[in-house]
Amino acid sequence: MKNGGEFLAEHVKGIPRSGIRDFFEIVQKRGDVISLGIGEPDVSAPWAVREAAIYSLEHGRTGYTSNSGSLKLRNEISSYVEKVFGQRYAVESEILVTVGVSEAIDLALRAVLNPGETVLYHEPCYVSYAPSITLAHAQGRAIRTRAEDGFRLDPRAVAEAAPGAKVLLLNFPTNPTGAVLRGRELDELAKVCVEKNLLVISDEIYAELSYEGPHESIVTRPGMRERTILLHGLSKAFAMTGFRIGYACAPAPLIEAMMKIHQYAILCASTLGQEAAAEALRGAEATTSEARESYRIRRDFLKRKMEEAGLKPTQPAGAFYLFVDIRSTGLTSREFALQLLEEEKVAVVPGEAFGPGGQGFVRCSYATSLDRIEVAADRIVRFCQKRKSALPQLVAAR
Amino acid sequence: MDPLLQILKERGRLSNAELAKVTGQTEKEVEKALQRYEADRVILGYQAILDSDKTGHGGVRAVIEVRITPERDGGFDRIAARVARYPEVVSCQLMSGGYDLLIVVEGPDLKRVASFVAEKLSTIQGVISTATHFQLKTYKEAGVLFLQDEKAERLSVSP
Repeated sequence: MKNGGEFLAEHVKGIPRSGIRDFFEIVQKRGDVISLGIGEPDVSAPWAVREAAIYSLEHGRTGYTSNSGSLKLRNEISSYVEKVFGQRYAVESEILVTVGVSEAIDLALRAVLNPGETVLYHEPCYVSYAPSITLAHAQGRAIRTRAEDGFRLDPRAVAEAAPGAKVLLLNFPTNPTGAVLRGRELDELAKVCVEKNLLVISDEIYAELSYEGPHESIVTRPGMRERTILLHGLSKAFAMTGFRIGYACAPAPLIEAMMKIHQYAILCASTLGQEAAAEALRGAEATTSEARESYRIRRDFLKRKMEEAGLKPTQPAGAFYLFVDIRSTGLTSREFALQLLEEEKVAVVPGEAFGPGGQGFVRCSYATSLDRIEVAADRIVRFCQKRKSALPQLVAAR
Repeated sequence: MDPLLQILKERGRLSNAELAKVTGQTEKEVEKALQRYEADRVILGYQAILDSDKTGHGGVRAVIEVRITPERDGGFDRIAARVARYPEVVSCQLMSGGYDLLIVVEGPDLKRVASFVAEKLSTIQGVISTATHFQLKTYKEAGVLFLQDEKAERLSVSP
């Protein structure tokens, strides 16, 4: 019997369901859960931003904007990017406003890849990278980053994996590990990219949440501006996930090609979102530095509690996630997450949702309020202590 | 800012043990730091923010603009301090613009606040004039909204 499924494209059929979505459905069925599973701030966007959105509605700004995004927003982006990322992009030709960074990744990949070409990406990584590469009819080649290196990307591993590859997809600070690349490491990586003639798509959505000094972008390194598509957006640092505003900055020919896809597929990002985003970038400094300091306190607290639980969290230098090594409990990531949910009603995300390299880890988000983190952390400590006292017996029984 | 102060600003009721837990210091260290902050008058007090409509002990509040004559030695400070010492005065600030001091006065009823203005405040030497505005309704105080903000829904797990 036909049910429509037989019409599906092979490459789409081959994409597995998102591990996050899987786990979300399990968590949804349970009420009364404290969630450290969220990939977004648990506060609403700053009032000034929401107020700007209301104002724009009151004034009837409900039509399309230019395909590239409103001139007002692109102007704000241009000066913001120069300040935060250290690179200047032309408002008219080098900036494209997108529906979140997610759309920008899709556009960038589709604009530069021919079918069958290879994209390097580091893993564990954000859930959409591998599927987006597949959807662009290209091949992904994962480079495993390791806990002992703080999940930073080793430039030598990139050099080894580079032959035959066209694109390197980067995400620093990294979701889910909180890893950051700085100084010499970034210099070395840039050299490899130039030597191996790689185009870099750099998703720097967590740039403002960098705890050990100002954010450094690969685009500032020699030879990189002409081979980098810099992606950023307002979701994380400005708590604007639902507004869906991201943007891409790159040399004109790359932006022009991405724009071609964007104008036929999307037309333009939401006008309301763009109005709100322009306001957010105007008041950026206060918002982002306040957010960073408040996350830092929560990060340090959660890290100490995980250590108290006998787990090994990596020291995240950025983003708002702690990637915690749970192997000492004798459980897999999924078992850990499911049992923790069952027994203590705390949700964390199993590491393998972010690729096979995440096995043995869980992602704990600290983008929730400190009092909730406190309760969740106490429960995780209790959960692990129970396991600890049970573990020797288990081993003996085997 | 010291994370200890940042946390206390938001959650002034935390015990030393809880503060120690959150900041990763020992309880002793927290106690010492707080004593130092209090002695240096960095921390001036700890207060609950009450909705007086609900406590039933509302009373009356007025914001008063006060114009004063600055003195040769000390400018506004001496008179301002005299005004501020009255227990009826909840806050007192020197302002730029059309008047000098902005003070907030609290009393059990309108009459009592009015008589404070007429008999005490206006008669202080150096006070030129006062303009009293009675408060009708509070929407926000000390950074806290009085209207309950709806809790926006978030997905419990998201990428």
